[in-house]
Amino acid sequence: MDTSIWRPIFYLIGFMAFAGVNAAWLGWAERKGAGHIQRRNGPKEVGPFGLWQPLADGIKLMTKQLVIPRGTDDILFRIAPILAMIPALTSMVVIPFSDTVQARPIDLSVLLIFALASIGMIAILLGGWASGNKYALISAARVVSQSIAYEIPMLVTVITIVMITGSMNLQDIAMNQQGGFWHWNIFRLEHGYFIYMWISFFLYFTCSVAETNRAPFDMAEAESELVAGYMTEYGSMGFGLFMMGEYLNIVVGACLTTILFLGGWDGPLGLFPGIWWFLIKVYILIFTIIWIRWTYPRTQIYKLLNLSWKILIPFSLVNLLVTAAFIKVF
Amino acid sequence: MSEYWNDVFGGTKSLLVGLGITGRQFFKPVVTEQYPWSVPDIPSRFRGHIELIKNEKTGAPNCAVCGMCMRACPSGCITVAGKKPEGKKKKVLTKYQLDFTKCSLCGSCIENCKFNAIQFSSDYNLASTKKEDYVFDLLKRLEEQS
Repeated sequence: MDTSIWRPIFYLIGFMAFAGVNAAWLGWAERKGAGHIQRRNGPKEVGPFGLWQPLADGIKLMTKQLVIPRGTDDILFRIAPILAMIPALTSMVVIPFSDTVQARPIDLSVLLIFALASIGMIAILLGGWASGNKYALISAARVVSQSIAYEIPMLVTVITIVMITGSMNLQDIAMNQQGGFWHWNIFRLEHGYFIYMWISFFLYFTCSVAETNRAPFDMAEAESELVAGYMTEYGSMGFGLFMMGEYLNIVVGACLTTILFLGGWDGPLGLFPGIWWFLIKVYILIFTIIWIRWTYPRTQIYKLLNLSWKILIPFSLVNLLVTAAFIKVF
Repeated sequence: MSEYWNDVFGGTKSLLVGLGITGRQFFKPVVTEQYPWSVPDIPSRFRGHIELIKNEKTGAPNCAVCGMCMRACPSGCITVAGKKPEGKKKKVLTKYQLDFTKCSLCGSCIENCKFNAIQFSSDYNLASTKKEDYVFDLLKRLEEQS
């Protein structure tokens, strides 16, 4: 492997730029998508199709005063938004965008990404706790219970993929699915996985929506109950970083779904594999997440936990058993 | 147990139906009216403040300064004045003032007019920060329009 200093620097700039552009313009895409689903225009004044809106928003947020209310835990209050960004950015390191575009092919990259996802949850917990605000505190407690509830089915579903591939390296998992959509984990013909793998795709996708605290699972920032949840006391760039962290988590979640189930950078018919297929799939998934957000009303916290413990966890455990049986029998 | 499966399958089905509805709406045209750039069509029976009607032939106002509108107005917002030019039989309108701050758009003035001299206008862009802006000189407005 080339060990020159330029390689990490180029990757750093490239991935930071990808992350930054996504974090900024997904906000635009979200508002535009919400607008059109409700038959409005969404942002349209700033630049063509409102495309410069994120820049205007960013300048506005950066020029605002950073207010730290009395009675907050000063240091944690400042650290929390940064901590919300860092895990999402770090996850980008191990994501293989194509067979050649990957910063570091780490053997345990699946494990690393899910470990980092939990740190993102800690950032919300710290932010909510440090705010010294009852709404923020309730929100932080909800995030933890939600996160624990949804990480179990998510990880159990990922284990099925690891069992099928026999590797925890995202690069290997994607390489294993090359050569047309009948090789992708969701529709896989060999061993008859296509019979039930779409169920585990739905399980995983539901969990990843819940894990990124997106509607209809956005219990953490339920406006009608908790003002803005853990973000209540945050203004200016503190709020901005939380938002960017949320959008980056969505990108990472969509990238993982693409790699684990949808064949990574492989074309549907096995033609022209490359980073473009990866990005197309990722953005279709992101659009679906936005679509879901503007379709469903928010659930209640106990229904959310019921869904996880009574439906998703039993289904994912059965899924694990069925996968083991399929590997052994077929 | 059957309730559980009903929840799972019925719930999934209703979620998909919901997604279908919003998905269809996404591709339909936008219905928002972009107000300052596109102006709505004012219906013909819209009630704006009153305005004078001018005679098609002469271009002068139809008003004969009978004062019926002034008397009919329950809020007293209309002030009409006219004078008789020398050698003419009919009065000529010299002042038609509407105090729109008091007007409730009841339309009594229009009902009482025997000369087809006033009608509802379609003006709705009337925002102002000064009270005096709502005292309209309708005669001047008619001259400016022509």
